[in-house]
Amino acid sequence: MNRKIWLIIFLILAGIYACKKEPFGAEFFAGFQKPSNFPEPAYHFSTNTVTKNGFELGRKLFYDPILSADNTISCGSCHIQTSAFTHHGHTVSHGIFDQLGTRNAPPIMNMAWNTSFMWDGGIVDLDLQSVAPITNHVEMGETMDNVLNKLRNSQEYPALFRKAYGSEEINTSNFLKSISQFTLMCISSNSKYDSVMRQQDGKTFTLEEEQGRELVTEKCGTCHTEPLFTDFSFRNNGIGIGLFNDEGRYLITNNNDDKFKFKVPSLRNLAYTAPYMHDGRFFTLETVLDHYASGVHDEPTLDPILRQNATLGIPLTTDEKTKIISFLNTLNDKSFLLDKRLSEQ
Amino acid sequence: MLIARILRLLFNNKNRLRPYMKKVIFSTLAVTFLLLSCKKNKEYNSSVLADLTVEFDQVAGSSDLDLNTGSYTNAMGQSFNVTKVKYFVSNFILTNTDGTVYTVPQDECYFLIDESDLSSHMPLLKVPEGEYKTLSFMIGVDSLRNTMDVSQRTGVLDVSGAAADMYWTWNSGYIFLKLEGTSPDVSAPGNIFKYHVGGFGGYSSPTTNNLRTVMLDLTSGGTAKVKSGKSTNIYLTVDILKILNGTTNITLGTPTAEVHSPVAGEPLANNYASMISHDHTEN
Ligand code: HEC
Ligand code: HEC
Repeated sequence: MNRKIWLIIFLILAGIYACKKEPFGAEFFAGFQKPSNFPEPAYHFSTNTVTKNGFELGRKLFYDPILSADNTISCGSCHIQTSAFTHHGHTVSHGIFDQLGTRNAPPIMNMAWNTSFMWDGGIVDLDLQSVAPITNHVEMGETMDNVLNKLRNSQEYPALFRKAYGSEEINTSNFLKSISQFTLMCISSNSKYDSVMRQQDGKTFTLEEEQGRELVTEKCGTCHTEPLFTDFSFRNNGIGIGLFNDEGRYLITNNNDDKFKFKVPSLRNLAYTAPYMHDGRFFTLETVLDHYASGVHDEPTLDPILRQNATLGIPLTTDEKTKIISFLNTLNDKSFLLDKRLSEQ
Repeated sequence: MLIARILRLLFNNKNRLRPYMKKVIFSTLAVTFLLLSCKKNKEYNSSVLADLTVEFDQVAGSSDLDLNTGSYTNAMGQSFNVTKVKYFVSNFILTNTDGTVYTVPQDECYFLIDESDLSSHMPLLKVPEGEYKTLSFMIGVDSLRNTMDVSQRTGVLDVSGAAADMYWTWNSGYIFLKLEGTSPDVSAPGNIFKYHVGGFGGYSSPTTNNLRTVMLDLTSGGTAKVKSGKSTNIYLTVDILKILNGTTNITLGTPTAEVHSPVAGEPLANNYASMISHDHTEN
């Protein structure tokens, strides 16, 4: 009699525990969620649904130097969370065996909305992005085959792949897709600007910020379009040919009209992503604005928008520059830098 | 009337020939049956898929291709040797002598021919039984597959495996053909030249399209008679000299010893479009 009661109690408790486990995990991890003030994402979620285990596996891979030839460099070495996933302090990225690349590491942020990747848009599918740094001899210097073998032979990865995909098989597709799951979750959408747009917490712009926003919309908005502050097109903003004579989009299309054009970068989180431009040539926002106001170089492919006025570029008074910068500051999202889910565990 | 009479004669109980006639009828029937079934044997059952191999034999003009050791001369009079020849072939289509066209399902239809790996020279296709008079295929990887989800890129298209050195990571896309070698006329270090041709026409903005389709008429060299239980091999010769000689005669090392972009590869693609010819068919 007594035993039976204990058994029943045990079974009930076990049942409650078992039931609880699932919803608890699900509650904690909502997967990919589109911020209400953002457009529909461009990424193909239908072939890669973000799951808790897939995301966590991707995060582990992102921070694991096992992905590089001498096991010293991880994705996170060049894409540092506290700098909005850019390579803080480096004009151009710095990879394996202390070699330098020729381009500034862009922030990994809001990748799900990107229609192409890299400054020249040479990569068209986020899933294939990781192959480039892993196999690049100045970045991680590895071969894909060797990375997969290292993972297969490791203590922990086979079990983590089983958790994420139901099988211990580690192949190109599930490896790359889990890294995508992590980078897709690097969503920055909690700046002051976003709160104002979503009418959250009673946040409003100051007068200066409001005027700055109007200026940005009018003078920069064709290229740096709200709410992501880029239209994802390739343009020449007249910064002039750089040290490395990087021809940008032309390297992909071989079309002369694309010479020196680069993908328009977002204006979010600029406070954490200096230096600026594809080769990191400008160190402050003031220099960037001075460039647009008076430093634009003439080249055949210079964007027509920068030719509309008597002098090349965008006329800006000192007062206007101040207002623009105060609006740009509302685009900084500190919570993105502090989000524990995106940190190395 | 006549038939009735004969029958009556034959089956007449009083006919002394009757026992023999039975045998005669029986054998006639048997022979007819055998003849019929023989005839049937020669015919193809188009609902049955059978093996067909297509062999790619690399040659350099009139001599066989020997990697590393063989010395060859291009149309510009430069001597060179070859260290690597690798290319993708895909999208096979065959025309039956009765005019019907068979497209090999795309999923089974990507092959990477590597001169240094004999086992890659004879792709195996499954095609309906029949006699085929033309064969066509693509040199390269079509644009659809070039932009397909990574989970569809398996086998020779796996960027961690067979395709690891046939893929441009910085300009997402497969390299269709690689020709590498050395020539005293190339001034680059080690006298090395590397010609990598790719470019499927671009994803969002149009770029050079170096996909080339090869169309071969098999009638003079022998049609392919494909039937299950037997092996049929379409034997092709691939003249690697024609990668360099053709519409544009390539000067090794000039303007560069290396080609890595679709636009620079275009003259090579125009040349290699006609490097493959049908030699004979082994039926
Ligand atoms: C050595 C430094 C370095 C390492 C290591 C590195 N990256 Fe990058 N990353 C860069 C640079 C530089 C660029 C821009 C390159 C270009 O435009 O050509 C970039 C671009 C990107 C982009 C495209 C961003 C955009 O806006 O287009 C993504 C996504 C990315 N990296 C993810 C990764 C992942 C995932 C890894 C690890 C597998 C990784 N990176 C490893 C330096 C690095
Ligand atoms: C004609 C299109 C265009 C206009 C108009 C334009 N930009 Fe840009 N902007 C670009 C492009 C393209 C780049 C990247 C150029 C490069 O790296 O070579 C860029 C880069 C930047 C960067 C650097 C971002 C980073 O992460 O490196 C900032 C900041 C910036 N622009 C601010 C502005 C402001 C503020 C305005 C308006 C006053 C403006 N831009 C107007 C096209 C434009």
